Amino acid sequence: MLKICLNAVAPVHNGIVKGLKGLLVTPFFRPLETITKPENESDVFKLFLDFFSKPRIRGGVHAEQNKAQTATQNIVYQFPLPKKLYIPLQQHVGKPAEPLIRVGDNVLKGQLLAYSQGLISAPVHAPSSGVILDVNDYPAPHPSALPIRMIVLETDGKDEWLETHPVDDPFQLTPEDISLRVGAAGIVGLGGATFPTAVKLNMGRENQIDTLIINGAECEPYLSCDDRLMQERAEQIIDGVRLMLHGMVTESAVVAIEDNKPQAYLAMQAAAQPYPLIKVLQIPTRYPMGWDRQLIRYVTGKEVPVGCRSSEIGVTIHNVGTAHAVHKALRYGQPLVSRVITVSGGAVAKPMNVEVPLGTLISELFDFCQVNMEQTARVIMGGPMMGDALPHAGLPTVKATSGVLALTQDELKNTDEQPCIRCASCISVCPAGLRPLDMANNIRINQLDVAVDLGLKDCISCGCCSYICPSNIPLVQYFKYASGEVVARQQAQHKSEQTKRLIDDRNARMERIARQQREEELIRIAAKAERERLKAQQETLV
Amino acid sequence: MMANMKPNSGAHVGVKASVSLIMWQVMLAISPATVYGLFCFGWPALNLFIITVLSAVFFEAFCLRLGGKLAKPVLMDGSAVLTGWLLAMTLPPWAPWWIGVVGSGIAIILGKQVYGGLGQNLFNPAMLARVALLISFPIEMTTWANVSPLFFSHSPGLIESWHITFIGLENLDATTGATTLGFVKTEFSQNRVLVDILKDYSGFLNFIGWTRGSLGETSTLLLGLGGVWLIRQGVIKWYIPISLLLTVTVLAGFFHTLDDQHYVSPFLHLSSGSLMLTAFFIATDYVTSPNTKTGQLVFGAGCGLLIFVIRTWGAYPEGAGFAMLLMNSATPLIDYYIRPRIYGRDRKGKPLEIPKS
Repeated sequence: MLKICLNAVAPVHNGIVKGLKGLLVTPFFRPLETITKPENESDVFKLFLDFFSKPRIRGGVHAEQNKAQTATQNIVYQFPLPKKLYIPLQQHVGKPAEPLIRVGDNVLKGQLLAYSQGLISAPVHAPSSGVILDVNDYPAPHPSALPIRMIVLETDGKDEWLETHPVDDPFQLTPEDISLRVGAAGIVGLGGATFPTAVKLNMGRENQIDTLIINGAECEPYLSCDDRLMQERAEQIIDGVRLMLHGMVTESAVVAIEDNKPQAYLAMQAAAQPYPLIKVLQIPTRYPMGWDRQLIRYVTGKEVPVGCRSSEIGVTIHNVGTAHAVHKALRYGQPLVSRVITVSGGAVAKPMNVEVPLGTLISELFDFCQVNMEQTARVIMGGPMMGDALPHAGLPTVKATSGVLALTQDELKNTDEQPCIRCASCISVCPAGLRPLDMANNIRINQLDVAVDLGLKDCISCGCCSYICPSNIPLVQYFKYASGEVVARQQAQHKSEQTKRLIDDRNARMERIARQQREEELIRIAAKAERERLKAQQETLV
Repeated sequence: MMANMKPNSGAHVGVKASVSLIMWQVMLAISPATVYGLFCFGWPALNLFIITVLSAVFFEAFCLRLGGKLAKPVLMDGSAVLTGWLLAMTLPPWAPWWIGVVGSGIAIILGKQVYGGLGQNLFNPAMLARVALLISFPIEMTTWANVSPLFFSHSPGLIESWHITFIGLENLDATTGATTLGFVKTEFSQNRVLVDILKDYSGFLNFIGWTRGSLGETSTLLLGLGGVWLIRQGVIKWYIPISLLLTVTVLAGFFHTLDDQHYVSPFLHLSSGSLMLTAFFIATDYVTSPNTKTGQLVFGAGCGLLIFVIRTWGAYPEGAGFAMLLMNSATPLIDYYIRPRIYGRDRKGKPLEIPKS
């Protein structure tokens, strides 16, 4: 009876809450108490209990979505193969890969170009068939555009695959073997963190985690590549999730999808239906819901201590794109050579999600999507909240590139900086519980130590504070500058300490030598005196 | 160094907000109460209002020029206008012109610019000026004009108003009187009890603001509506106003129940003096209030407590100005002790323990 009542009440309650939410939406997008959507009657109880427990979401903003332009169209696969591909040797966290090809070599699609080095690293494969033109330094897809090592591949247009050797049933493989194959396929976290997936699988297995979370939040505005992937390739993603579970010897997985992607949710739920171990969960739409630690807290209620990996508390988190790449690697033996990228923004005439080979220049992507470069005020790699502004479009796409945006001046936040009025919006939106305004004030007067004490190192650069600031203070810019400066100062201090130590050592050594010389001199003088004494004695005797 | 850097890290998009937008929204929220106050107290009040706001803008421009800065862009943020406006709201409506000028000078120069301008001040500039004026010029600051609305026959006309503002008020007894709180305070000292004191008191008129008082503080109704609108707009949060008003209500209710002849009722507290203006527009000043939700609740409660204590047992009938200054000075302390917990750390900043499963 009670269940029936609650069932009847829940939608009404939801409606009222939504109505209120709509009523209260303000030009400032102040964070309102987020209401989770109860899925069934037991969740209503949970919701009721949660009201009295600590909040599971902290901070965050309701940024304007701008996803509809791309999220409503199918992924485009007809991207014309570029003449040249620029493949950086480092597209992941850790050590860069080491090339094993020579200039002039003919390579096939999927052939290993550079092998992974060290414990945390990932190999790089040929995104298409062709000839190696060069292995040299080229501008990196980074705000600095400083040169990094890249392999330049001239494609031959055949796009000919290397013969692959897929296994018949990957579930017969040992978990260790799964990790090895995932590692050999060059798969890294495709949500943007680019941490080598195999290393994460190993950590999950070694720590005997109990939950695998699949991050389908995609909370960044504009981006919809994960959304489309979930809608169009849900079964493949679920297969990848099952393979990951097998690789980590883990029993349960939760796919978390923001509730602004109802179609992706339905597709994933349908695909996960046969596997009761995989639960698909709708989560509130709120940036930065896709921050791994926020998601872990929301889904499991656990908080990852500072300085720990999530696997240490029994949770591992992977992106949906990564799950899809794992599926391709294990079912078809295909390494990671392409990815789906969202191209969007006000200056893009044909915004879309498009699958491109890694190493494609952004400029070619822009030509394909008809970007008006005159209107483009800023080119951004990644989302508009955490992405980096690029100095020009002649830079390659990499494994981390989830989106490339060409934003017009109208879309950008005003950069006309005004004094801080201590409105504390930045404090209320900070998901990490920091006080951005105090940190920024201390950085401005060069008190970096104070900023570190205030929690500079706990900043995740999510951009919520910069987003909300009415005085248009580029807070994240301050924090990134300060973090870099702190490291530089530590290095400088370390260097001066080393120099001082060397000087001290040298002084001590010189002193020791001088003392030795003095002592030898004294001994010599004493010996001489002794000799002369003996001589005189002998003379007197004679 | 930083200013010349082209921003290359996020967020690249953001809310379309600005300091001036916030200031204009606050002004919009207090304008109904202001218009009502100007109507109730007529031309002399309008003179004083204009003089106060203009001199606030003048002093701001003067200080900026003195500091070698361009005045126009800073003036456009509206903060000086708002400071002058809020100060004018708290002045006796028929005060002479120089009260407005001196008050604006204190507010802008001593209250704001000597600290380094917008966002740097420790005390709320308008309240600092109000308290300084009250202590320095007690007669002018406690001469409360009767309600004499514009265009009413017995109200001063335009010419007469210039006389009041620039030369002074004659026949004081006929045109002025005491505020409700002031009247209660003096009558208590005559050992009278509330049932006698409040014989002619109308709760309704007090609530809508048809009573003697500061220029813009009388209408509890309009100030409350303006405040609620500001909360709804997201310009201010409810933490400070609600905790302040609740504290006053609870304290007043408690003492009123104990002895209803010597402690005025919560309703009279809420609808008198500058409580509403303080709760919604003064105490919520971003610069001088704490940054966190808990801190703001504590701050509001502290303000409420002090206002009640000063009103009930202090020498002044109204304690909002003093209460605000005291709590402003406690703001850095509150912010130091009440801060959000950093993710993955405990309240002391140590990393959390890994839970044993």
